[in-house]
Amino acid sequence: MSGEDIAAMLQGAVVTVSLSLAGILIGLPIGLGLALIRWANIPVLAQFVTVYVSVLRATPLVTLLLLLFFALPNVGVPINPISAAILGLVMNTSAFNCEVWRSALMGFPKDQYEAAQSVGMRAGLRFRRIVLPQIIRVSLPGLVNEMSLLIKVTPVLAVVGVVDITRAAVRIGSDTYEPLPPMLFAVALYVPIVFALVSLQRLIERRQMAAEAAA
Amino acid sequence: MIHDFGIVWSERGLLLSGLANTAILSAFSAIGALLLGAALAPALMARHRAVSWAARGFVDGMRCVPFLLFAYIVYYGFPSFGVRLDNWTTGLAALTLYNAAYMAEILRGAWIVQPREPLEAGVAFGFSGIGLFRRIILPPLLLAAGPVIGNQMIQIIKDSAFLTIIALPELTHAASSIQSRHYVPFAAFITAVFLYWGLCLIIEAGVNSIGRVAEARR
Repeated sequence: MSGEDIAAMLQGAVVTVSLSLAGILIGLPIGLGLALIRWANIPVLAQFVTVYVSVLRATPLVTLLLLLFFALPNVGVPINPISAAILGLVMNTSAFNCEVWRSALMGFPKDQYEAAQSVGMRAGLRFRRIVLPQIIRVSLPGLVNEMSLLIKVTPVLAVVGVVDITRAAVRIGSDTYEPLPPMLFAVALYVPIVFALVSLQRLIERRQMAAEAAA
Repeated sequence: MIHDFGIVWSERGLLLSGLANTAILSAFSAIGALLLGAALAPALMARHRAVSWAARGFVDGMRCVPFLLFAYIVYYGFPSFGVRLDNWTTGLAALTLYNAAYMAEILRGAWIVQPREPLEAGVAFGFSGIGLFRRIILPPLLLAAGPVIGNQMIQIIKDSAFLTIIALPELTHAASSIQSRHYVPFAAFITAVFLYWGLCLIIEAGVNSIGRVAEARR
């Protein structure tokens, strides 16, 4: 592998990380919104979200991406690879995030909600001050886990022509006829990213357990 | 639009063979991964340092690497060592090895939270070896790990779609070739999405009914 190849792979790493970040940052609030729709049991919308989440959780990202990339232009919506990639990642991760948020909301103690109501908090304030801080803490390990899963599906973005770490490695491998060195280099790029997230998840879980033990 | 679905219907043979390939591939690798995982789980908890470190290294390594990259390593890397496999074997091997790591972790997680008393009671009642395993250890373990194993099986189905990139003729690949042959992208891929959904619903229903049967017999 030449220096040029290494630069190409690092560029791939930038693409992987920035697309994952975009997916995570957009997917988190959308997932929360979907979970709130189901939690509040808004008629029709809640049923729609249930089916949406169920279908999206069962759909492989490759299939979803191919659908978005080829079918949207067909119905007159032009889409480039990067926006197809982000849209696919967001749709995929928001469905999983919705389930994490929802299970936190289901476990939220009702008496606190009623206490907030009885001191006269409005719905918005009640949600911001009482519900949100607590469900964030409960959902955090699950959400971080979902983030590491998201990074691990990003190589699939290659089907719409995005050159991420894996795609760069495969290209270099086919150019040099030595596929193993670039692929092992790719492994070396992924491991710290995913490992950092996994360690973060363990750290949060441990701190929460310690806080619970102290309480 | 209806016409597009008509075209997909006329190509149903291709789509169904893709679906069958996805189902067979997922089923075989789920079984393989579960068996391998069952062998790896005790290794993870082995007293022997070398054994437990090797198992831990494999499991954590797999959990840090994206599946597609691992599939590529098996696909392009193994021939460098003189092992030449076709797409099918490569796909099956990659899917099985990768998910074995996850299955091992799931089984280990279910095992360490099991209470020790029933096991000791079983030994006291004269159970040993396979009888002990089959009657005392396995039922609560499967009950505890069942839903998570079900989730992992859904993950395996979704991972199998990645193998379209190494040209394995599974469901997404079939949808892709229908779309490129007739240019009916929406109809072809949405049909594939709903077929995947159906597969996952079947697994969910299966896990639920196993749970119910086990609950009733408790």
